[in-house]
Amino acid sequence: MHLIDLDLTIDEMTKVEGAASVDVKIRSGVVESVKFGITEYKRFYTQAMRGKSITALPQLLARICGTCSNAHLLCSIEACEHALGITPSPQTQILKRLTMYGLNIRDHALHLYLFVAPDLRNKDNFLSFDEHDPIEHDMLHDAFAIKAAGNHLAQIVAGRSVHGMYPAIGGFTKTPTQQETQSIIKQLQEVRPRVLRLIKTFEQCDWKFDRTTKYMGMSADHYSFLEGVIISDTGQRIEEQDYHNHLEHVVIPYSQASGYKHDNECYMVGALARVNLSKEKLHPNTKKDANSAIALFPSTNIYHNNLAQAIEILHCIDDAIDLLNNTQFKQEPLPKPVFREAMGIGVVEAPRGMLYHRVHIDDNGIVMEGDIVVPTGQNQINIEQDLKTLIQRLIDNDVENKHEIQHEMEKLIRAYDPCMSCASHFLKINWIEKNNILTFSSL
Amino acid sequence: MVQEKKKLRIGWFTFSCCEDSTVLMTEILNDHWQEWAPLLDIRHARVLQKENILDSMDVAFVEGALASEEHIEKLKEIRTLATKVVAVGACACIGMPSGNRNQFDDHTQEEISFLTARFSHLPKVLKLEDVVAVDAKLPGCPMNEQQFIHLMKAMLQTFRIT
Repeated sequence: MHLIDLDLTIDEMTKVEGAASVDVKIRSGVVESVKFGITEYKRFYTQAMRGKSITALPQLLARICGTCSNAHLLCSIEACEHALGITPSPQTQILKRLTMYGLNIRDHALHLYLFVAPDLRNKDNFLSFDEHDPIEHDMLHDAFAIKAAGNHLAQIVAGRSVHGMYPAIGGFTKTPTQQETQSIIKQLQEVRPRVLRLIKTFEQCDWKFDRTTKYMGMSADHYSFLEGVIISDTGQRIEEQDYHNHLEHVVIPYSQASGYKHDNECYMVGALARVNLSKEKLHPNTKKDANSAIALFPSTNIYHNNLAQAIEILHCIDDAIDLLNNTQFKQEPLPKPVFREAMGIGVVEAPRGMLYHRVHIDDNGIVMEGDIVVPTGQNQINIEQDLKTLIQRLIDNDVENKHEIQHEMEKLIRAYDPCMSCASHFLKINWIEKNNILTFSSL
Repeated sequence: MVQEKKKLRIGWFTFSCCEDSTVLMTEILNDHWQEWAPLLDIRHARVLQKENILDSMDVAFVEGALASEEHIEKLKEIRTLATKVVAVGACACIGMPSGNRNQFDDHTQEEISFLTARFSHLPKVLKLEDVVAVDAKLPGCPMNEQQFIHLMKAMLQTFRIT
């Protein structure tokens, strides 16, 4: 028994999206408490959306998060389309899929190279990698080439990789030209071998943290970031519009973000959940060329979230090449919305997992209220539980050095790829009005 | 003894925002990392590195609006340490959209007041110029890519980094 007392604080997590802190208290060798707090200041988007025109809503809500912005944009558009009774054309659906592919290629590559790879190489930061070291040379050039391909795809299809301008309610305001299509196909084909190298890197990575949890994600007839029903590895099947009814909002007093449980259980969303649940639906070329890596799933190793992201980059490239090769894009007029009082719900698979938007509009198309549930909020309770288990295991194995413990904690948090910008910029609120006095409960 | 080549000492800081310009900066690196990496001494950039040092800088890039006293104090410290402070993105330049709550009606202000009190938010979200002098601005949501590249070249010239 290691009877150490230790207080450890990480004030500012590095190499993650947004700001987070961790406080750990260890007494007589027992981890008494771990508090994973999201320290980004709330920006109150669930209040800010009220009173806005529905046509302005998707661009407003994209501003919840820079890195996940195009996922928020498409999720809000889907919610608005459902509220207005608009069914997007098959071409629009393809453009939405391509937008999500551009986002996932760019975002996963940013996470795997700039945030995680320094831990693989025992370096402080990615830009300090040595060009004369053959492994680090390849990583540097692979990283920026893959990111550029995802960025370029998003620019061609959505106008920008951050806060895309072309996606709108009911369609896209611009479609890719043939020249743009051919140029991005070539670029995606060129980076494909680099992605296979990335998959091999994470397949060979021996980091391990096994834990039992429920995995949840969307499932369609293909490996989709947009369509389908919500399923779990425990056999549940939930329609999009019913998803929120199963969620329990959990107050975390020291965090500016909300936690969630599903049917009273902690659960995980994101690439690991998606590959665990739907690996047989990955693109045939992905399955052929990443066969040995995919065989490791379903997995309960949280670090395999990194490998799952690498596999998803390949899938996004393979399916994007097919869609671009097989579609002749033509400009389609946007449908004119007919306003009515209605509720709309959108659910998409953002890079970090399921994202839920709900909007309630009046008969002038003005937003009365809405709600947003982001992936990091859904993973937050698991992250905290896993940190506690990890630290106890380290102490039980004679690791008492603060720096080593902190390094292992940061590695594990990064494996979840949390996005604090998303998690903290809305407010879930239950309010009760009695005798004209407003009080709050269950926050 | 060979003298180490002078580099541009920079910091990249983020306050209340969606970090869209941070993401865009990492995308601009796709085309410029080989050109800039040898010229930059990144003193502080939470998104890129763990070993961050808050000391003298030629240029501090600051993204986001100010939502707390802690933000104000940190920005003032950055101002004293940096020769040039650049406001990056709409939230830093005009305080929006992070300052959504500045425009809320009384009922909505009351609704959120328990949280603004719990986490010691400022009464109003502020833009950088409300607190310190700013030497350059990169407006936009996110910032404009070409303007950032132009500014980087100008800063390298100003500080004679080759």
